[in-house]
Amino acid sequence: MKAIRTPVAVLAMLLAGSVCAKGTGYLFVSSEKDHAVTVLDGKDHKVVKVIETGERPRHLQFSPGRDILYVVASDSGRIDLIDVAKLEVVRSIDVGEDPEAFDVAPDGKHFYISMEEDAAISVVDSTTGEQVAEIEVGEEPEGVKVSPDGKTVYATSEVASMVHVIDVGTNEIRANVTVGNRPRRFAITPDGGEVWVTNELAGQVSILDGKSNAVKGTVPFKPKGFRDEDVTPVGIVMTRDGKTAYVTLGRANHVAVVDVASRKIEDYILVGKRAWGATLSRDEKTLYVVNGLSDDLSIVDTAKRRVSKSIPVGRVPYGVVVDD
Amino acid sequence: MTDVEDKMRTGRLARGLLVGLAAAMVLPAAAAQLDFGYLSLSRDDRYHEDRLYVRNLAQGEGEPEAGLAVALKESKFNARAVGVELGMAKARAADGKGLVAELERLAASGTRYFLIDAPGAVVAEVAGAVKGRDLLLFNVSAHDDALRQAQCQANLLHTAPSHAMQADALAQYLVSRKWRSVLMLQGPLPEDALIAKAFERSAKRFGIKIEDKRDFILSNDPRERDKGNVGLLTANEDYDVVFVADSDGEFARSVPYRTVRARPVVGAEGLAALGWHWSWERNGAPQLNSRFEKAAKHRMGEAGWSAWMAAKTVVEAMQRTGGADFAKIRAYLLGPDITIDGFKGHRLSYRPWNHQLRQPMLLATHNAVIERAPIQGFMHQSNTLDTLGFDERESQCQF
Repeated sequence: MKAIRTPVAVLAMLLAGSVCAKGTGYLFVSSEKDHAVTVLDGKDHKVVKVIETGERPRHLQFSPGRDILYVVASDSGRIDLIDVAKLEVVRSIDVGEDPEAFDVAPDGKHFYISMEEDAAISVVDSTTGEQVAEIEVGEEPEGVKVSPDGKTVYATSEVASMVHVIDVGTNEIRANVTVGNRPRRFAITPDGGEVWVTNELAGQVSILDGKSNAVKGTVPFKPKGFRDEDVTPVGIVMTRDGKTAYVTLGRANHVAVVDVASRKIEDYILVGKRAWGATLSRDEKTLYVVNGLSDDLSIVDTAKRRVSKSIPVGRVPYGVVVDD
Repeated sequence: MTDVEDKMRTGRLARGLLVGLAAAMVLPAAAAQLDFGYLSLSRDDRYHEDRLYVRNLAQGEGEPEAGLAVALKESKFNARAVGVELGMAKARAADGKGLVAELERLAASGTRYFLIDAPGAVVAEVAGAVKGRDLLLFNVSAHDDALRQAQCQANLLHTAPSHAMQADALAQYLVSRKWRSVLMLQGPLPEDALIAKAFERSAKRFGIKIEDKRDFILSNDPRERDKGNVGLLTANEDYDVVFVADSDGEFARSVPYRTVRARPVVGAEGLAALGWHWSWERNGAPQLNSRFEKAAKHRMGEAGWSAWMAAKTVVEAMQRTGGADFAKIRAYLLGPDITIDGFKGHRLSYRPWNHQLRQPMLLATHNAVIERAPIQGFMHQSNTLDTLGFDERESQCQF
């Protein structure tokens, strides 16, 4: 089932080739309906290249060395590896039916992949492409996040309204924590002390204690002028210092700016329609947000807290990362 | 006259599935049992093979019972987390009396939650027999407004939308398109009259004019051709749309493209307001559809969704109250704090005044959802979902 499509020798070369890749400044956007990742220039935002991927590319992120971009192609059941220097898919790893999101262990050796159709987290060796373990979780797992110390994997089940806390050493569930309805994605404070999870249907963030796994707080979002059902938080990113969280509010077309320590909502920034995926630039002066229902990318000035530019991207953009 | 079709404990199934991951789970020492009973008729004309063959838009694609099994299967983690074991038993009988006997049999062995898939009159009969009892009966397929109004009772909950909710959703859609002039065609069946009445109420509520109301029959009799011929039935008047009140659906399916004027058809054909449609693609719907289809071998329709929703409702209350205590579950389930995920994007809950599940309606053609009601712009002081169906002020329900 798990097949490597590129000869191992070539692969090893590729992986070793570009260890100290310098940022290209490129933005990479996955578009669910284009079966492609669009590469945009970081300055003029012109399309540099459209890279064909497997079907329905969704979650994407860099390898720890940032030389490879991993893209989940859900409908093809695989992870495509894009060489950031060459801007092409250099390898594909078959991972099984309907993978959605994933995280990479800090040492880069394993993928933790949410398998939407199988209700499982699949652990895959990133070198051999072999499945190492499969952990049964609640239905429709989505967000997956490895803790900063690499010892714990957090995974949401949208249907069970739960966060599964998985031990990396044993690949077993350590705790099942009930959170708000339809939990989606994570951000973790740098010390691993707080795990923030967005609850799409409940319109809030649940905050888990990184040690005890208890829910120690919630942050409800109530932007003015929106009906409750339109406040659907999904994406979340935190600044490196763990002080500020940006939460995309889906149908409410806004990003909430939250002070992590006080859990106070400082602002709501208007972006495009159904804002989900978000990422910060390295200097954290820019927040990039993809909008699934207006097929565009909002570029947010984080100091002014407003959109400086909006750029059309592919059909139903899902995720964005920046190589700076 | 009763026959127990099937009795199984999902607990046994779950144990089988558990073998591979026993180490991953910590099972509480003594799990509390929470059982569902599923009541349906040995013969229900709504699922007659001729009807299923035509795939009437408003009728779904088969019996909804797989919805319960799907709901329990996807609730394994929720149940384990609070030390509860979920179980189910299915029972069929020829009539309401037989179903009451089945219900009593299951209740005697501790079942408190029942789903009933039967026409309105049977639901009323079964519910009436257990009025005031400490159990919850979920109506998953009867749309009759009377069950939510005069015949309402506290332990009867409705996950099936009422005729009023469906008609209101359609009316909102027509108003949003500015199609305010309607020709109504009504069939001869008692339920056709209920559907027509519900639409008349909605038309008045949302400012739609019914230009004329004409009775149709299924007949090739030349002496009755003015009632059997769509051309004649749709002539002489101008209107924006044709609304067909046809619970059977065989007539309705031949109305589109046979009208005298080039006008869309809504109601039983063309565009219907439904609690669920397989083509809904947002809010996790594709995954739910896929789970249901695997279990049922047919696509998920409105009643399948309603059966699934009934069990999910109980599971949500169980998870949030932390166990299988009936009184706690009932209070939470019917209370204001519950958030039920119906995979339709809204936060669902039950109306305290008649125990109808608040829910959006999907306005669907045969293969696409065109719009979801409540439609943007239809406002309500507390919950926009209450723009569909009997709001508190209109409620005649007294528990």
